[in-house]
Amino acid sequence: MKAARIIACAVAALLALAGFSSSFSTRLDYSQQDRTHLSSPPSSAHWLGTDILGRDRLARLQRGTAVSLSLAPAAAGLSVLLAFAMGGCAGLAGGVAESVAKVVIDLMLSIPWLFLLLIVRAAMPLNTSPAASATITFLMLGLLAWGVPARILLARARRLRQSEFLVLARSAGVSPARLVCVHLMPNLLPVMEAQFWIAVPVFILAEANLSLLGLGVAEPLPSLGNLLSELESVLSLRTDLCSFSALLVLVLIVGSLQVAFIRREVS
Amino acid sequence: MGLWRAIARRLLLVGATIAVGGFLSATMVRYSPGFGTDERQLDARLSRESIEAIHSASAGQQNIVLYYLRSMSRLLTGDLGTSQSLHHPVRDLLAERSLITVRMVALGLAIAWAAAIFLVTLTWLLRAEGLEKLCTVASGLLLCIPAGAMAILLVLLDAPAYLALALVVFPKIQRYLADLVSSTSRMPHMITAKSKGLSETKLLLWHVVPIIRREVLALAGVSLALAVSAAIPVEALCGVPGIGQLAWQSALARDLPVLVYVSLLVIACTVLANSGADLLADERRELS
Repeated sequence: MKAARIIACAVAALLALAGFSSSFSTRLDYSQQDRTHLSSPPSSAHWLGTDILGRDRLARLQRGTAVSLSLAPAAAGLSVLLAFAMGGCAGLAGGVAESVAKVVIDLMLSIPWLFLLLIVRAAMPLNTSPAASATITFLMLGLLAWGVPARILLARARRLRQSEFLVLARSAGVSPARLVCVHLMPNLLPVMEAQFWIAVPVFILAEANLSLLGLGVAEPLPSLGNLLSELESVLSLRTDLCSFSALLVLVLIVGSLQVAFIRREVS
Repeated sequence: MGLWRAIARRLLLVGATIAVGGFLSATMVRYSPGFGTDERQLDARLSRESIEAIHSASAGQQNIVLYYLRSMSRLLTGDLGTSQSLHHPVRDLLAERSLITVRMVALGLAIAWAAAIFLVTLTWLLRAEGLEKLCTVASGLLLCIPAGAMAILLVLLDAPAYLALALVVFPKIQRYLADLVSSTSRMPHMITAKSKGLSETKLLLWHVVPIIRREVLALAGVSLALAVSAAIPVEALCGVPGIGQLAWQSALARDLPVLVYVSLLVIACTVLANSGADLLADERRELS
């Protein structure tokens, strides 16, 4: 199992490196359209061929990977921080705060969040810029998906509240802010880290689902999700196998992240 | 008494969640850009009076709190109004499309559960490590494919949409069932039973199934919620005219009358399924 994790880490690192290297490469632009090569097969100029608009698939795949791999962790970080603020702090405070937090968390967990995302994303203006649409999509994921980590952090914080070191700190007159920053957060960090790694692949998949419904990152900016929408054109045009390259990269990234990080935390 | 209190509390939470969820959905649509703009207002053939009549027809939706309360009272009478984008009574739309979604979700869940139970039982009976690893890899691979992409792949293969739903839910059921069976097999009474020479079939039927049955029922509730959620991209991309597709279309068209009731329906299904699962899990925790 250790070997599988090392391989998964290496695959994830390689794909991330390949994605982020697009920022330094001047080979081809992801939005540049070559009208003489529409839906062309792989060639020396376009290693993975071009899409129906004549854009280089490899350049788009690289940029899409970079977009998803930079924004999904940011959204996961936001979601975990919100979960800590809601679950961790309420668990430490106890009493009414804990009861209110529990009800709010239950509400968040009960609403199907893909449905909620669909409504929120559809509510955005149609002329939103590509960069803003990418930020908004992942920001929404971070803002709406803190329910599960909050429930786990609340349970952990409640257990910590009764621990000797916290009782001692409280009796010594330590301020609530210091209790949270110095005593609670360091003890919850391993759980927060685990929740972060669980959230990253989940957010990449959620963005893919939204993009397939036309509600994710707006064109021409690519993401792993909206690159998958090329599969829809495969339905009508029956283009080459390179149309599946985005799906392959998505599966490799999500799979390697799950093997490399999530299993380790669970065990 | 404790159980009844838990049920009453859960029911209260279910009602509150459905009401709040429906209100949230309606509010977001009401304040979305472009809400209340009717394309008929751009029709040059219409007189000023006609345009004003169209404009005033949507005036009742401006105050969202009043509109939501009116929608709730309408729900009690059974008159759900008319869809703005599909120009069809909402009640008929929900009735027609619910049947399609229920059929698809039921078939998808039945296939996913049958496949998961079959594979977990086979792995247990054969004690084949290779098969177990193969199942783990296959379910892991399926977990990496988004529901929407799965739907497109199935359309490419000319397979029915419920199969896409089954493939989305199956890995989660299979992994959880396999973990449950594996953790139960390490319990002390299982080791004693094994040392007494009980067959694998008897071990499974007498000692594993009775212990995990509550968790399995709880998983059934969770899998229903998962299937309802996955039905939205699957129906939208496979062109299945169910509730998921209606939710997607009404969200894009800012069709408030449809969206309020679709939200209530989808949220009610999810909340009831999750609450049943939670109740069983809580009861299990108390028993242990």
